[in-house]
Amino acid sequence: MGYKILQKKELIPGQTSLLVIDAPQIAKKAQPGNFVILRIDEQGERVPLTIADKDREAGTITIVYLVVGKSTAQLNDLSEGDEILDVCGPLGKATHIEKQGTVICVGGGTGIAAMHHIAKGHHEAGNHVVAIIGARTEDLLLFQCELDGFCPEVLVATDDGSVGHKGFVTEVLQKRLEEDKTVSEVVAIGPVPMMEAVAKVTKPFGVKTTVSLNSIMVDGIGMCGACRCTVGGETKFACVDGPEFDGQKVDFGELKSRLWQFRGQEEKSMDHYKNGGCRCHGH
Amino acid sequence: MATNAPKKPSAVGPRVAMPEQPAAERIRNFTEVALGYTKEQAMEEARRCLQCKKPLCQQGCPVSIDIKTFIAKICEDDLEGAYSTILGTNALPAVCGRVCPQENQCEGKCILGKKHEPVAIGRLERFVADTFIAADSCEEVTGANACVVERNDLQVACIGAGPASLTVAGYLASRGIKVKVFEALHEPGGVLIYGIPEFRLPKNIVAKEVSALKDLGVEIVTNWVGGKTITIQDLLDEGYDAIFIGVGAGLPRFLNIPGENLVGVFSANEYLTRVNLGRAYNFPNFDTPTYMGRNVVVLGGGNVAMDAARTAQRMGADKVSIVYRRTQDEMPARAEELHHAIEEGIEIKALCGPLAFNGDDQGNLVSMTVQKMELGEPDESGRRSPICIEGATEEVPCDMAIIAVGTRPNPILLDATPDMELNKWGYIKANEETGETSIPNVFAGGDIVTGSATVISAMGAGRRAAMEIADRLLLCN
Repeated sequence: MGYKILQKKELIPGQTSLLVIDAPQIAKKAQPGNFVILRIDEQGERVPLTIADKDREAGTITIVYLVVGKSTAQLNDLSEGDEILDVCGPLGKATHIEKQGTVICVGGGTGIAAMHHIAKGHHEAGNHVVAIIGARTEDLLLFQCELDGFCPEVLVATDDGSVGHKGFVTEVLQKRLEEDKTVSEVVAIGPVPMMEAVAKVTKPFGVKTTVSLNSIMVDGIGMCGACRCTVGGETKFACVDGPEFDGQKVDFGELKSRLWQFRGQEEKSMDHYKNGGCRCHGH
Repeated sequence: MATNAPKKPSAVGPRVAMPEQPAAERIRNFTEVALGYTKEQAMEEARRCLQCKKPLCQQGCPVSIDIKTFIAKICEDDLEGAYSTILGTNALPAVCGRVCPQENQCEGKCILGKKHEPVAIGRLERFVADTFIAADSCEEVTGANACVVERNDLQVACIGAGPASLTVAGYLASRGIKVKVFEALHEPGGVLIYGIPEFRLPKNIVAKEVSALKDLGVEIVTNWVGGKTITIQDLLDEGYDAIFIGVGAGLPRFLNIPGENLVGVFSANEYLTRVNLGRAYNFPNFDTPTYMGRNVVVLGGGNVAMDAARTAQRMGADKVSIVYRRTQDEMPARAEELHHAIEEGIEIKALCGPLAFNGDDQGNLVSMTVQKMELGEPDESGRRSPICIEGATEEVPCDMAIIAVGTRPNPILLDATPDMELNKWGYIKANEETGETSIPNVFAGGDIVTGSATVISAMGAGRRAAMEIADRLLLCN
């Protein structure tokens, strides 16, 4: 009795895909900022993934993942109609959303998918949402169409200049903040160095900056403290106190070193999977 | 020929020793340490029971098992009878026979204990339960286990599938009331699955006891987080007649000392959850990794500290030490657990208080600094409190530290239920006799009410709440 994959869309071949999963009880409660923990099969590990969208009527949630290790590689080997054994959620505190004026949502890489759900929430609350998205090159930009659908401004940066600004999202953000002093909040989701850089850019402007941390998690429900991080000098649990925190207060250096904790075993697990450790469907 | 005739204590022989895996062998595997009595051993031990007219052992049992009767039935070679006697009040006998602190409960009260060793009640309970788990014949044994739900008009929800909730479920289901259990993790059992290691409580034992509850008609759903996927209000709206909250203790406490978030520092909850729930001892066949410390320090002196230390030993550490502020005598761990840990080569560094964790420039743990202590006068708990020896510190090299100093209330369900009253420690305020919370017909028990305690005390709380729920529902409807 698993959770069926109703739709799979490969966004970047071999690298990033979108899954629409049948999970009515989660869809019913999911808010922007929430995540799920999934486990592919009986031998699987618990993997936290942000909810990129939900459809309460259809009873589905959408997740987007980047293949970074064994579990995401195995997830990418599943097809429409396959089932994921466990999907648990919605977890984490929902994004604090209120009508406040202009909100800039910055997304990098796969983080654009997670940012999309939050941007949509701000839009629905009546805020003027400016999306700033970035990737290495045009083909790797996710969710641009979806964001174009409701954001009055979608600003793009690519490393190679294939589309939009040639350079980083932070440069676009800097310019936008210089031009517009009415921005009430900046939300950033993406790789840790990007979030750290965004917090650095926003600091002189004194604008509220929210980042969503992708800490390592086990249970995702506050039981283990694997996801602990230092925020404003205090230890917080990303799973129950977050995952969103004030970007000016997060100790990004500590977060980065904690994300590398299991590197050796992650490589071993990947090798084991590639070398025939595959056990999908018992084949 | 077995006899139930009371004997004089002086005529009773020594207690039958528990067969165990030798320490040198078991530190390299995760299979159970205590192997269990054979039938002959169990009958010999059972015959030591004096069959007291006023048995104190039953009073010492938080779920009031009719101990004298089940032991008499072992003597009579009526193991089915013994099993149904235990199941009459205890839904998880194979678990309790293994993890209860019997020395403070039934066995602590046993009259034989005054001059001799008490009857090994826990080992006998385990023997009886294992006999039937092995035979998988629960349904044949007791009318209760074959019982189907009779009162479809009544339904009770339990949040959390740990010892407290499973006890509630067993009690109510055997009285014909429909019970649905909502578990947040992917596997039912709570601390029996994520916390207590395989070598102390094999997971297939837990699975069998859970499956016996399902045979009773209990429905268990996993991946449902109370307060997130479903709230108390949702359950009341769905028409549940009563709700029992048994979500467990929750957030691990840390020491609040420098360096606590270095790579290599773990809560015992994380370490044990990775190894137990995630089966990290079978990595990479199972995906969950765990940190492989060579030189491991465990902070704390309770059963969880023992479990963490003994697990690290089995995961291949070269050296495992338990750092504790007081001495071995003050440790809250069960005597047997401490004894097993020492037997397995775990060093006890007593009278050392943690001061700081020290890291390298990559953020990895390399050592910890401890404060040397000495014992002062007894405190309120009757334990002699440790006092710092001025200026006496020591640097203990370690590449992994596991913190096992208790837990704080988990906020998830509590935040989602703002109307529910909490006590001054932030746990749920529940009536001591009935377990009812400030919300009518919503009950709570176990660690979310008391803070970290034992499996059996959670089961006792579950039993009290279940009795009250059954009385209310069956008498009024």
